[in-house]
Amino acid sequence: MTAVQDAPEAQKEIGRDRRRKEDQRLITGRTRWTDNITLPGMLHLAMVRSPFAHARINGIDTAEAAAATNVVAVLTGADLGETQGACINAWPITPEQVTPPHLPMPSDRVAFAGEIVAVVVARTAAEARDAAELVDVDYEELPAVVGLKNAIKDEVLAHPDLGTNKSAFWRFDSEEAGTGGNVDAAIEKARVDGVVIEREYRQQRLIPAFMEPRSVVVDPTGEQVTIWSATQIPHILRFALAATTGVPESKIRVIAPDVGGGFGGKLQQTPEEMIAFAVGRRLGKPVKYTETRSESLVSGHHGRDQWQKLTLSAEKDGTVTGFKVELLADLGAYVAIVGGGVPVLGAFMFNAIYKFPAYQFNCQTVLTNTTWTDAYRGAGRPEATFGVERMMDELAAEVGVDPMEIRKQNWITHEEFPFTTVAGLEYDSGNYEAATARAMEMFGYDELRAEQKRRRDAGDTVQLGLGISTFTEMCGLAPSRVLGSLDYGAGGWEHASVRMLATGTVEVVTGASSHGQGHETAFSQIVADRLGVPFENVEVLHGDTQIAHKGLDTYGSRSLVVGGEALVRAADKVIEKARPFAAHILEASEDDLKFHEGRFQVVGTDQGIGLTEVATAAFAAHNLPDGAEPSIDAEATFDPVNFNYPHGTHLCAMEVDTETGAVKMRKYVCCDDIGNIVNPLIVAGQMHGGLVQGIAQALWEEAVHDDAGTLVSGSFVDYLLPTAADTLSFEIDHTTTPATTNSLGTKGVGEAGTIASTPAVVNAVVDAVRHLGVTDVQMPCTPERVWTAINAPGRGHDGGPATQEAAMPHFDPDAEPGPSSTEGAGA
Amino acid sequence: MIPAQFDYLAPTTVEDALAALAEHGDDAKIIAGGQSLLPVLRMRLNAPEVVIDLGKIASLRGVRDDGDAIVIGAMTPHAVVGSDPLVAEHAALITKAVEHLADAQIRHRGTFGGALAHADPAGDLGAPTLALGAEFVIAGLGGSRTVPAAEFFVDLFETAIGEDEILTEVRVPKHTGWGAHYEKFVRVAHQWPIVAVAATVRVDGATIAEARIGLTNMGNTPLRARTVEDALAGQPATDAAVRAAAAHAADGANPPSDLNGAADYRRHLSTVLTRRAVLAAAGG
Repeated sequence: MTAVQDAPEAQKEIGRDRRRKEDQRLITGRTRWTDNITLPGMLHLAMVRSPFAHARINGIDTAEAAAATNVVAVLTGADLGETQGACINAWPITPEQVTPPHLPMPSDRVAFAGEIVAVVVARTAAEARDAAELVDVDYEELPAVVGLKNAIKDEVLAHPDLGTNKSAFWRFDSEEAGTGGNVDAAIEKARVDGVVIEREYRQQRLIPAFMEPRSVVVDPTGEQVTIWSATQIPHILRFALAATTGVPESKIRVIAPDVGGGFGGKLQQTPEEMIAFAVGRRLGKPVKYTETRSESLVSGHHGRDQWQKLTLSAEKDGTVTGFKVELLADLGAYVAIVGGGVPVLGAFMFNAIYKFPAYQFNCQTVLTNTTWTDAYRGAGRPEATFGVERMMDELAAEVGVDPMEIRKQNWITHEEFPFTTVAGLEYDSGNYEAATARAMEMFGYDELRAEQKRRRDAGDTVQLGLGISTFTEMCGLAPSRVLGSLDYGAGGWEHASVRMLATGTVEVVTGASSHGQGHETAFSQIVADRLGVPFENVEVLHGDTQIAHKGLDTYGSRSLVVGGEALVRAADKVIEKARPFAAHILEASEDDLKFHEGRFQVVGTDQGIGLTEVATAAFAAHNLPDGAEPSIDAEATFDPVNFNYPHGTHLCAMEVDTETGAVKMRKYVCCDDIGNIVNPLIVAGQMHGGLVQGIAQALWEEAVHDDAGTLVSGSFVDYLLPTAADTLSFEIDHTTTPATTNSLGTKGVGEAGTIASTPAVVNAVVDAVRHLGVTDVQMPCTPERVWTAINAPGRGHDGGPATQEAAMPHFDPDAEPGPSSTEGAGA
Repeated sequence: MIPAQFDYLAPTTVEDALAALAEHGDDAKIIAGGQSLLPVLRMRLNAPEVVIDLGKIASLRGVRDDGDAIVIGAMTPHAVVGSDPLVAEHAALITKAVEHLADAQIRHRGTFGGALAHADPAGDLGAPTLALGAEFVIAGLGGSRTVPAAEFFVDLFETAIGEDEILTEVRVPKHTGWGAHYEKFVRVAHQWPIVAVAATVRVDGATIAEARIGLTNMGNTPLRARTVEDALAGQPATDAAVRAAAAHAADGANPPSDLNGAADYRRHLSTVLTRRAVLAAAGG
């Protein structure tokens, strides 16, 4: 036990840096992950995957594989037919959206390299793998379309039957919505007497790269079919299984046991889950499938992958007058469960913390013959934040003021909350000035600027750059009515129940499904304070549709701000249900009872009864009010009225070696306002991990397909994940303006670090070499790209532009959508 | 990540290992520390029928002094080589390179000879052994032969070791008192080098008397930057003199192009890294 845990009883649980309850079992591995579930007679699956990005399947010869040692069955899409169900798109962003049918295992044509064409069932995983190599598939290779700018031309089609690669076009316009002015007018005016900044940015494709590969076990031997899956969304998976296979939802039980990370990558209804479900039911035997890391990288959904064409107009003094966003977003081969909606989540965030008077967001989603894309930590908001925060730096450079000054000039001041933005959201609370002041102080901003000047003046080989990201985001997904207005296929509520056990302990059931976040600890702290019971006496149950029968799972930084509020309300109901019982037992009037620290006290006396004693009395039911229902258990379903808006100021100092292009982080500080904090230690973990993930997009990670659609970065040799050796210790702090839309005043923190950090890093890299003529470096900022940017022709330096196109993307006059622009970045 | 089935042999003498190799021929693969072979097997990029493990042959481990050379047993783990005082005293360049080789876990499992026999052009040991003029002792059923480093590395993943032979030890001529530095350029710490430069110099007063420079990942094999070596001899150990010599680092090199950089970028890098490596080596 730590000193912290020996603190006095009276201390509130909320705000304590409790060590996580779940960590002993997670760290030692003495727990159940999906892959170590073993059932009697269980069979093992191996998938046969297409090596081609686009091919017709002329035939599949399974005979040799079927005859191999201990092989029970070899099945194709044709064999499974309708029993395999379908992978659903739950968010068609427009009524006209072009959505290719997505069978878990197609039998006629594959649309990306890694797609499953057959499944081998054997008595051991090794035998299944051996036999999978014996399946002979007759492929007729078809032209593959890779890359947004190729796909948008509609010359080569990802799905020839659809006639186009364009899936959906989605627009928000502030003039049409009545939330602001006409953006084109603002831009035209600025062309005459103001400043227009036009840039094109690439959001490279990323791979979620969770620690635990995906795994699924299906047990069809009982009345219900039980599915264990390493998923973020057991409830949504159950719905999708029932809706697409015809098996009644009541006959399906989905369990997400301990799950080793997701980052959005396990927010999916996967082909592998559907195939395992169908095979298990067909054979009547338990089956297991666990992917290899190679399979995970090629077939688990990817994230990001956008081209962003951005036009910002301002007055000469830097006051922004309009912002126009034109996106191309790569869906990959299919429209994933919320794949089309991910870029749309960015629609409300490109205006960020600023008072832009006119705004327009346009997004064209595009199909390609690559791995499908969907949510990845931040989902739409990191892309938006990157776009606007890079543009604010470019505006500052154009106007000739410090990049923090341009932000202050345009941001919403704290007196203006609640503030309705040009994108139509109402920000309930925040104080950008306070978070920024604290971050600047921690960073030593002025001293670093002075050092930067010294290095520039001296012409040092290693230059210093400072990068800013003053971000906000919308999380706590989500108000159901808003989701309905966006044509999302479900609501955004969350459910919780509180069970008061006879022995004095408390069972809390939540519909949010932890996959590493620390729900068990944080929710225990909330309930301990609310009900006045010891932290250790609270048990949090989740992730099993039979226990947590109702829920919408975990993503979008929603568990605390939505699920936590449901829990608060359920706990409050427990108190209210217990009150008449307490009054009855104490022979007092309910009006005279005060509930405080777990006890009902008769005001002005020493008479009282503990809540857990009332629970025991309710269990015995010997002495309750006449006609009373003998239970004080309660449940609540909470539907938020608004999103939740954490914000913060992130400051990054990067050193750039101008001889090699190598970049090195010197310092990173951030001050985030995430409202009231339940557990500072968990928050710190979310911040540090989130920061690294965002920094990794800026510097290291990129999923690359070659022209044929093969994933080149198909292992961790080529898909560069950082380790602790590549980062430094970040300095984090918080200012607090409580959220007004939940009882605890909390804001989400799961995605904040990832959303904020990417532009801070790139801004710092560009700032370090801006005096050398550099105005952009494409992510990830590899040494080669940085060096090439510095040494591009016309910059007064030696060295040829070896990979100029990679380092310096500019407006392509032929690119859609929207009009072409004239001023290229870094020209 | 399940390898195809294979038989496993663990001989305890070099003679037994050679006999096993002779018996199984093409179907056999030798495993040393397994840090390169195991991923290959698990990804099913290779499926030998027999794997012959050299891990139980005690005579292949350890470092010894042999007059004008030190001798490093092929199965000596990197971590042992990296902390060996004989190596540090007489072949400091190897000590410096091992410091940067992969990560601590791999340095404890992987072996000096295994890495060299694997002959990955991005491997960290080729350039230093080449620069130091090491000799490779290769055993066959008919006896041992010695191959100079310049002839050992033949091509991408290809060495002078015959199919029926085993690398047993590496003899490194003593470079006692030479300054050494391994300048490795990576994007993340655990990565193979994009380019690395192994430099060792004998300084006489303020003058570079002799220099030996090896390049990693600048071609299909480790390369000796002989033009630079020649240009450095007799030059002062100053930035200007070393810069001028290092400008020739990529002469004759044929580096690869990949996600981490195009060939031209690697050529440029090699000149910068060579200058830094030589200056660091000369500075102590």
